[in-house]
Amino acid sequence: MDWINTLVEGVLAGALYALFAAGLSLVFGVMRLVNLAHGDFIVLAAYFAYALVAALGLPPLLTLMLVVPLMAGLGYVLQRGLLNRTLGQGILSPLLVTFGLSIILQNGMMQVFSANTRRLHLGSLEVASLHVLPGLSVGWYPLLVLVVAVALIGLMQMLLFRTRLGAALRASSDDIETVRLMGVDSRHLFAVATGLAMAIAAVAGVLMAAKTNFDPMAGPSRLIYAFEAVIIGGMGSLWGTLIGGMVVGIAQAVGGAINPGWQILAGHLAFLAILVAAPRGLFPRTV
Amino acid sequence: MTLLQTCGLTAHYGDFQALFGIDLAIGDGEALALVGANGAGKSTLLRALCGQLAVAPGQIRFDGREIGGLAPDKVVRLGLAMVPEGRRLFPSLTVEENLRLGAYAGRAGPWDLERVFGLFPVLRERRRVAATALSGGQQQMVAIGRALMSNPRLLLCDEISLGLAPVVVKDVYAALPKVMAEGTAVVVVEQDIGQALRFARQYVCLCEGRVVMAGDSATVDRDALRQAYFGV
Repeated sequence: MDWINTLVEGVLAGALYALFAAGLSLVFGVMRLVNLAHGDFIVLAAYFAYALVAALGLPPLLTLMLVVPLMAGLGYVLQRGLLNRTLGQGILSPLLVTFGLSIILQNGMMQVFSANTRRLHLGSLEVASLHVLPGLSVGWYPLLVLVVAVALIGLMQMLLFRTRLGAALRASSDDIETVRLMGVDSRHLFAVATGLAMAIAAVAGVLMAAKTNFDPMAGPSRLIYAFEAVIIGGMGSLWGTLIGGMVVGIAQAVGGAINPGWQILAGHLAFLAILVAAPRGLFPRTV
Repeated sequence: MTLLQTCGLTAHYGDFQALFGIDLAIGDGEALALVGANGAGKSTLLRALCGQLAVAPGQIRFDGREIGGLAPDKVVRLGLAMVPEGRRLFPSLTVEENLRLGAYAGRAGPWDLERVFGLFPVLRERRRVAATALSGGQQQMVAIGRALMSNPRLLLCDEISLGLAPVVVKDVYAALPKVMAEGTAVVVVEQDIGQALRFARQYVCLCEGRVVMAGDSATVDRDALRQAYFGV
């Protein structure tokens, strides 16, 4: 039964990694922009939630109502005002700019919120669990994270494959020059994509903040998990990203069960193993 | 009435000048063929017209306004659509999605999905297929249909016969008179002089970025045109 517990724990942790990854994957897919500050924006969203709880006394999960639109707006403005200017000159300028952003965000958060680790406290929801079988229980909160991850990825999938905006986003990923010929204002479209990515990062950040401690320097390791989830799942496949997140989560849980010091390492090893066995990921896009 | 007019149009790729003062005009609902050898500047001219290449504002007038240097998404909203060279369909999208994306500009007019399927019936059967799974001729039909979905007043077709079998070229060209019947003007860029002159009443021959010959297709001196084509 211990092994089943470990597996379940890994799946639930992986759901959060998939949320870290979904926005990263969307932005990369649409405009070939690797946002190295993505992890720091997740942490920024966590701090926004923390500040709202501290200032207004809101219940932690209710802060999503404010943090999600705030981050989406920030993403739109960031893309329109800054990141759009870095596109079309090769891969290096967006990398350098987002790397710089990452440093600014980390140090800015350090100034404002100090280096102390923080956490959002959910009260009884943190420990409440569902007894599935004798000896096997699943925490309500991780289960909620899983449901949210599946729902958000499902919604994104519907947006991409059922709407006009989604068709424009997918077409941009194919051939941005020709998309403009269709009457699409690419600067606006890119800003909408980054706004969406930031909205997902906001959800990920708030859910993370109630699950683990975070500090201003926590971003880069979230970025690594996000990268691993995207690459394991295969570029351009959202459901693949969900599975990719779970592979990392399960590997970490198994590693941690064998020896607590191996938890993080096991996730990275699983990633490397899959990279060797299937360089294009588990569910590569066929086109 | 003049729909499109260029006045001394010049265009550059970096330091390289590709067009040297092109003057041409096309009226509402008319057809014009642009002929010329490889590298004569035909595609460059179309790219400048549809906004893919930056030019000075006053060098292009469309429907009474200066559109030189306007972004491509603005140009298509004004009613100037392009069928790009090599078709440039979106591989991630199905045939129907490619066509529907063509209507993104949101212009009203005669063309919608049903009318495009009426023009190219084979596309209706294959609407759910990935666009790049079609044959070359069918892909060209999608590219033309996609441009029509924006209900343009002027349709620019860049090398729509390139790489197609002669019988397929005939099918593709057969659609253009039906397009013109809706009042749409058409510019075709064509390497095949015979095909170009059969289709369009007016022709313009480019060589090394300049207009070297222009006039009425019916009365053209073919030998002179052939010489102008190769720049001898």
